[in-house]
Amino acid sequence: MGAYLVRRFLLMVLTLFGMSVLIFVMLRLVPGNITDIIFDSAGFVNPAKKAAIERQLGLDQPIVTQYITWMAGLARGDLGYAFVSEKPALDEILPRIPVTAKLAVLALAFSVLFGVPLGVISAVRQNTGLDYVLRVVSLSGLSLPSFWLGLLILMACVHWFGWIPIYRSSPDNFWQEIALLSIPAAAVGFRSSALVMRLTRSSMLEVLRQDYIRTARAKGASEPSVNYDHALRNAVLPVVTVIGIEAAFLVGGLIVTETVFNIPGVARFLVEAIRWRDYPIVQNLVMFIAIIVVMVNFIVDMAYAALDPRIKYEE
Amino acid sequence: MLEVHNLQTYFYTRAGLVKAVDGVSFSLWSGETLAIVGESGCGKSVTALSLMRLLADPPGRIVGGAVRLDGRDLLGLNAAAMRQVRGKDVSMVFQEPMTSLNPVMTIGRQIGEALMLHGAGSREGVRDRTLEMLRLVGIPEPAQRVREYPHQLSGGMRQRAMIAIALACNPKVLIADEPTSALDVTIQAQILELMANLQRKLGTAMILITHDLGVVAETADRVIVMYAGRKVEEAAVDELFARPLHPYTRGLMRSIPRFAVMRNGVAPAGRLQEIPGMVPALSALPTGCAFAPRCAFASDICRRDYPRYEEKRAGHWSACWHSDRLVGAADG
Repeated sequence: MGAYLVRRFLLMVLTLFGMSVLIFVMLRLVPGNITDIIFDSAGFVNPAKKAAIERQLGLDQPIVTQYITWMAGLARGDLGYAFVSEKPALDEILPRIPVTAKLAVLALAFSVLFGVPLGVISAVRQNTGLDYVLRVVSLSGLSLPSFWLGLLILMACVHWFGWIPIYRSSPDNFWQEIALLSIPAAAVGFRSSALVMRLTRSSMLEVLRQDYIRTARAKGASEPSVNYDHALRNAVLPVVTVIGIEAAFLVGGLIVTETVFNIPGVARFLVEAIRWRDYPIVQNLVMFIAIIVVMVNFIVDMAYAALDPRIKYEE
Repeated sequence: MLEVHNLQTYFYTRAGLVKAVDGVSFSLWSGETLAIVGESGCGKSVTALSLMRLLADPPGRIVGGAVRLDGRDLLGLNAAAMRQVRGKDVSMVFQEPMTSLNPVMTIGRQIGEALMLHGAGSREGVRDRTLEMLRLVGIPEPAQRVREYPHQLSGGMRQRAMIAIALACNPKVLIADEPTSALDVTIQAQILELMANLQRKLGTAMILITHDLGVVAETADRVIVMYAGRKVEEAAVDELFARPLHPYTRGLMRSIPRFAVMRNGVAPAGRLQEIPGMVPALSALPTGCAFAPRCAFASDICRRDYPRYEEKRAGHWSACWHSDRLVGAADG
C-alpha cells in the first residue's frame, strides 16, 4: 500500500507537470496579449510604450524563461502579480475560492442525493409509470444546458415570487448563504444528477439479476434491505467513478452558472482573466483546478478500494 | 410435513404461455431426503423456487396449487409472513457458489444476517452462532474466515458457507438446487457427505434437485423424476433403480457411464446410450405423452392421450401407458 501511494503520488506530480506545460503554451498560443488588448481599446498603438509595458510584465522574455520564472515562483509560493489589478495573484484568487467551493460541493451533493436514490427507485420499479417519468426527467437533465436552465429558474423566480435569489457577497449567516447558493447549485447539479441516476439505474438492474440477490431474498431479507444493503453496495461502484469524472466537468458548468447568477466566484473570474489575457491569474487558477481534479480522482480510487474488497492496491 | 399439491407455475413470455411446472404434487416427511431428477428445463428448479416463492413475477407466476408446511399454506401468506418462512423454516442452497454470495460483504456478515433476520438476539449470540456454523460445515479457521470476503474462498469453501447460511436457523426443510453441479468431482463428494451428515445431525428434511443420478443413489431416500414440467415417476430410491417404470427414467439410467463393468474385467458394455432427441419446448408440447417423440415404446395411444399417473406397484408411481412392458424388457 505504501509503495502504491508513493508511485501514485509521483504519477500525480508528473500529470501536474504536463498540465502546467500545456496550460502555459496554450495560453500563449491564443492570439494577442494584454498589451494588444489595451492598445486596441485605446484605438492607437504606440510601439515604444507597448514594448515598455511588455518588458515590465516580462512578456518580452523567451517563453522558456517565462515558464521557469513561473515555476520558480510557484515553488516559493509566489504566484506573481495580476496584470489587470496589479495586486498579488494569490490575493485575487484566494478570497474567491470558498464561494465556488461551496457551490461545487452543493452541486455534487445535489447530483448524488437525487441521482442515487432516484436511480435505485427507477430500477426497482422498472417499466412502471414512475420509472418512465424518472427516465424522461433524467433525459431532459442530460439535454438541457445548465445556463439555459439557470435562466429559466431565474425567470420562474421573478414570475412567481417577484424576486431573484441574488448572491450577496456578505450573507447574514452560513445557512442563508447555502440557501442562496442552492438554486444555482441545483442548476449545475441537475445534469450530473441525471447522469448519476441513469448509471445507478442500469447498474442496479444489472446487480438485481445476480445470484446473490436471490440468496439474500432466500434468507428472508426485506425488499429495502435487498435493494440498499445488498444491491446498491455493488451497484454504486461504477457510479463512484462517474462522480469523480463529473467533478471535473463541474468546472465548466460553474463558469456559466456563476455568470448567469452573478456569483463572484473563481469560475467567472477565470473567464474574465482569459478575456484580458491575464496570464498569472489564468495559469495559476487552471493549475489550481487541475490539482483539485487530480486529487478528486485519487480520492475516487481510494473510495473504490474501500467499497470493493476485491480491489487491493498492492505490488 | 411439507405437502405440495397440484403446483402450477406458468411463465408469461412473449413467445406465449410456458407451463414450467404443471400440476406437480409430492410430500416430504421430516428427516427425509427427496430427490427431484430431470434434464435441464424440466421444471425442477422452478419447482424449488416456487416453494420459496422466489420467482420473479413477471414473467413467472404460481397460478395454482398449494404448498403446505405443517398445515400452513405458504402460497397464501403475505409478503412479510413469507419472509419469516424463508431462511427460517425453509431455506435454500443454490447451484453457483461462485456467484451466490455477495462479493462486498464478509462471510461472517452474510451468515449473521440470516440469524439477525430471524431474531437470534444479541450481537454476541449471532457471532458465536456464526462461528459455530462455520465449524459445523467444516471451514477451517472460522475466526479468520468470518472476516474474509467470498473472493478469498475456493468454490467448495463458498458452497460450505452457503450451507452454513441455509442451516443457520435450523430450517425444517432445506432445498438444495444442484448444490454440487458447479464443483470439482472430489469436492462434490465432500459436500454431499457434509450435507448428509448435517441432515442426520439436525433432522432437516431435504429436497435435492439434481440431474445426476449418481448423486441421487448416494443421498436420496425417495426420487421424483420430472419431464417437461410434470412428474413422470416416483419411487423409493432402491425400487426406482431396480425397476424403472417409465422409459424416460430408464433412458436417464442408461446414459450414466458404468465403470463397474470394466472393473470386473468384463468388456465394456458397448456404446453409452443417450436419450434420442431433445427436451421439447414447453410452449409447444405435443398432445399426449410429452416424452412420446423420444420414446422407443411409444404407440398410438401415447401420441393421443396423456397417460394417467398411477401407482403401478406399492409406493411406485408412474405416468406411462407401457410400464408393464418396461418390466419385461431386458435392461441393456
